[in-house]
Amino acid sequence: MIIGLNQYLIVAAMLFTLGVAGIILNRKNIIVILMSVELILLSVNINLVAFSTFLGDLTGQVFSLFILTVAAAEAAIGLAVLVTYFRNRGSIAVEDINMMKG
Amino acid sequence: MNAAAAFFYIFSTVMIGSAFMVISARNPVHSVLFLILAFVNAAGLFLLLGAEFLAMIIVIVYVGAVAVLFLFVVMMLDVDFAELKQGFLQYLPVGALIGVAVLIELVLVVGAWTMAPAAIGAAGSPVQPDISNTLALGRVLYTKHVYFFQAAGLVLLTAMIGAIVLTLRHKPDVKRQDIGEQNARDKSDVKLKKVPSRAGV
Repeated sequence: MIIGLNQYLIVAAMLFTLGVAGIILNRKNIIVILMSVELILLSVNINLVAFSTFLGDLTGQVFSLFILTVAAAEAAIGLAVLVTYFRNRGSIAVEDINMMKG
Repeated sequence: MNAAAAFFYIFSTVMIGSAFMVISARNPVHSVLFLILAFVNAAGLFLLLGAEFLAMIIVIVYVGAVAVLFLFVVMMLDVDFAELKQGFLQYLPVGALIGVAVLIELVLVVGAWTMAPAAIGAAGSPVQPDISNTLALGRVLYTKHVYFFQAAGLVLLTAMIGAIVLTLRHKPDVKRQDIGEQNARDKSDVKLKKVPSRAGV
């Protein structure tokens, strides 16, 4: 049994779906929302690397590296905002975050 | 079934299962630990695909940095997570509905697509079989995509400065060195005292 491109795409699609469902299900818990975003970015990375391998083109892996960079930056900034918000409010409930509009 | 296919199914099953546990675990610490498991299995999938460098980067960056950062924040913030879990059952139908819809759409796309004939031979930076993945990636990254590489560095610098600025706070009761005040001090403000030896002040 040969594992082709479609198998990888289906696995990535399932991971993406779990990420989207996680954002909706844990609407109150912003930490799990950030983790779901990481899952979505991981599924995109799997897609890019799978296409890169099966097309014999390295550009997909380079792009995946950049996505990794952006994901790390996003996690750092998101968690920093979260820590600051928790210091000011004493909770991380998502419903009150629109207070940050000022 | 050969070994590569068996490993593909092991890695992808464990990854999907742990991704499911990430979004459904009651305790966010467990969520983070399952996220680490999902990343490790994704690294295994990358190894199967021949992207060894990215697999190691996933382990180092995601597992070593991002997931540990999540773990720090989850454990540092004293949050009542049971309260945050309240709406889970209420959102379950709509979440499951949207998830199933997205999955069906994506599977339909995966089942029906065909490669454009022009795309097959048109690799921008083709894989050379005789050199290692890391060497090939470095040769492309530092020549062809060097501006994007620099931009990625700028993104990381911005994230670092932003995170420091957001979380740094000055406590009012901590004494700090003020170099301007030190340098502006006049000689007449300084008192010299003769201290006898072995007597103290």
